[in-house]
Amino acid sequence: MTSALAAAGGPTAVAAVARRIRARVLKYTLENNGGYLSQACSAAELLATLYLRVLRLGPSIAPAVPLPFPGPPGPWNPLSFTGAGYNGPRAPELDRFFFSPVHYALVLYSALIEVGRLDARGLDLFNQDGSTVELIGAEHSPGHEVTAGSLAQCLSQAGGVALARRLRGEAGRVVVFLSDGELQEGQSWEAFAALAYKRLDNVLVYVDANAQQCDGAMADVGCIEPLAARLAAFGARVVEVDGHDPEALAAPAAWSPDGRPVVVIARTDPCRGLDLLRRRAPRLHYVRFKSADEAAEYRVALAALEADGGGA
Amino acid sequence: MNLVTRPHARNLVRFAALHPELLVLSADLTASCEADDFRDRFPGRFLSLGMAEQNTVGFAAGLAREGFRPYFHTFAVFLTRRVYDQVAMSVAYPNLPVRLMGFLPGLTTPGGVTHQATDDVALMRALPNLTVVDCGDATDVEGVLDAVHGVDGPVYVRVLRGQVPRLFPAAEPLVLGRSRALAAGTDLVVVSSSVCTEHALRAVRALQRRGVSVGHCHVSTVKPFADRALFQALAGARRGVITVENHGVIGGLGSAVAEWMAGQGLGVRLVRLGVQDTYAQGASLPYLLAKHGMDARAVVAAAETLLGQRLQVPAAELAADVTLPDEGRVEDL
Repeated sequence: MTSALAAAGGPTAVAAVARRIRARVLKYTLENNGGYLSQACSAAELLATLYLRVLRLGPSIAPAVPLPFPGPPGPWNPLSFTGAGYNGPRAPELDRFFFSPVHYALVLYSALIEVGRLDARGLDLFNQDGSTVELIGAEHSPGHEVTAGSLAQCLSQAGGVALARRLRGEAGRVVVFLSDGELQEGQSWEAFAALAYKRLDNVLVYVDANAQQCDGAMADVGCIEPLAARLAAFGARVVEVDGHDPEALAAPAAWSPDGRPVVVIARTDPCRGLDLLRRRAPRLHYVRFKSADEAAEYRVALAALEADGGGA
Repeated sequence: MNLVTRPHARNLVRFAALHPELLVLSADLTASCEADDFRDRFPGRFLSLGMAEQNTVGFAAGLAREGFRPYFHTFAVFLTRRVYDQVAMSVAYPNLPVRLMGFLPGLTTPGGVTHQATDDVALMRALPNLTVVDCGDATDVEGVLDAVHGVDGPVYVRVLRGQVPRLFPAAEPLVLGRSRALAAGTDLVVVSSSVCTEHALRAVRALQRRGVSVGHCHVSTVKPFADRALFQALAGARRGVITVENHGVIGGLGSAVAEWMAGQGLGVRLVRLGVQDTYAQGASLPYLLAKHGMDARAVVAAAETLLGQRLQVPAAELAADVTLPDEGRVEDL
């Protein structure tokens, strides 16, 4: 079924995958009594659109069920690997995908499952000792290629890859998934300045602008608005879209390059598809249920999401 | 002792001609880091990314993942303190072959505390996968790129620039992981690095003239710290060991020696010369080395302490063979 969805790639397919991503993340949040749930609500359509409609990737070349942690990379560890294989092989004409807000890891793992790149049994390893399917992803985690958990480092590394691809004359793009909170970090702006300065129009950035961060609403923690104007002033080609609209999300990926890096600001709702979450606003970063009654309410919501998904 | 002018500038161009995958990344200190000759000779392989070191470290990591060999040139302070997390997570964790070329190590700049890297060796030594090399003269500088070429991981190099003394024969290049045995002896052993080696050489000569059996090892590879010849020399020191480094005494060469000696249970004293858990200031190198007890006079004084006797070494005997130009007062920072 998942491969059929991937082949279809239309708005209905994106909506179905997005619903399943939310259901899967909610299920694990209930099982673990905690999780990055609002990030699934904000990013579900965005990740589904990327995998179904934007990214030009080959099929996964990684084990369907992820291997255990082989130890950190180093001169004495020939067994270390990255999770990039879930995004397919490297080839000059194919895209590369870099995922920055790795506390969303469960959302990415769920997306990989729904598009047929990871076996659902892989999530049995989620947050288990010795597993690569970690709570906060690192480069060995499925779908990850760099160690991005210290936020704002991913975009610079992706920029280096884009520059290397430019130097080699490769046609494939570098697609980067960012969160909005990390745009408070100075390094993010160094990176945007460099991408524009080096005219790296092979970089396509999607920002999940859910306006939430650890301490609460971004407007109450550290403002980054007007984000579009700031990015444009840094030399990016910016578009703001409804982050739950697959058509709007996919359109900029088809633009002809014009010398500027493309940034798609996906304005998203951190409670989308799970209205129960709104009661917790503005503290949505990490959800831990406060009582058995609350968890029971979310179980009802999960049943509804799963029932909807079954009808897709 | 003669002086060599801009040894890194020439060596980088020579080395780059042999290695087409080599790129130089710069953060607005190109001539200050002797990368200007490279830039002029290989403009397509020179990448200026502006005064933005955090991002530049990330770009270096991305380029290295793609098979290029980025050599990021900037001042040592900016390659370490300013970008520590970026070096740790973007470069060191994935063990990428990025070369971090750090200039103005220790007190070799009158630029003051913002420009003086007195904790860089400690910081880089603490990162798994990092190789740390500290050049001590023009021969070290001329050999370091070849010496670390085979390291399939990140390397931090402290480079000396401008008019650099040649202490070691040009035909005896730096070998990664090996110290240079400059004297053999068993009363005391002096272990030195960077510009302090030149001072240590003068001090050791004065000690030898007074009948002290003193060994002297110049260490360039601070990490990995695994040189058997150095360990043998340390193990033979009967009265004590003196380290002198162009760096603070916490976490650098002196600490590496202390850790090894403690691990071996060596029951001799250790005097660590270097910046003593403080900050320096903007001033000339000779002034700062004297003020912070890191010059030839300080090595002799440490030897006197360990031997428990006065050696009557007049200042003139410890004077430098060559007066180094007071760099930095005339050069751009």
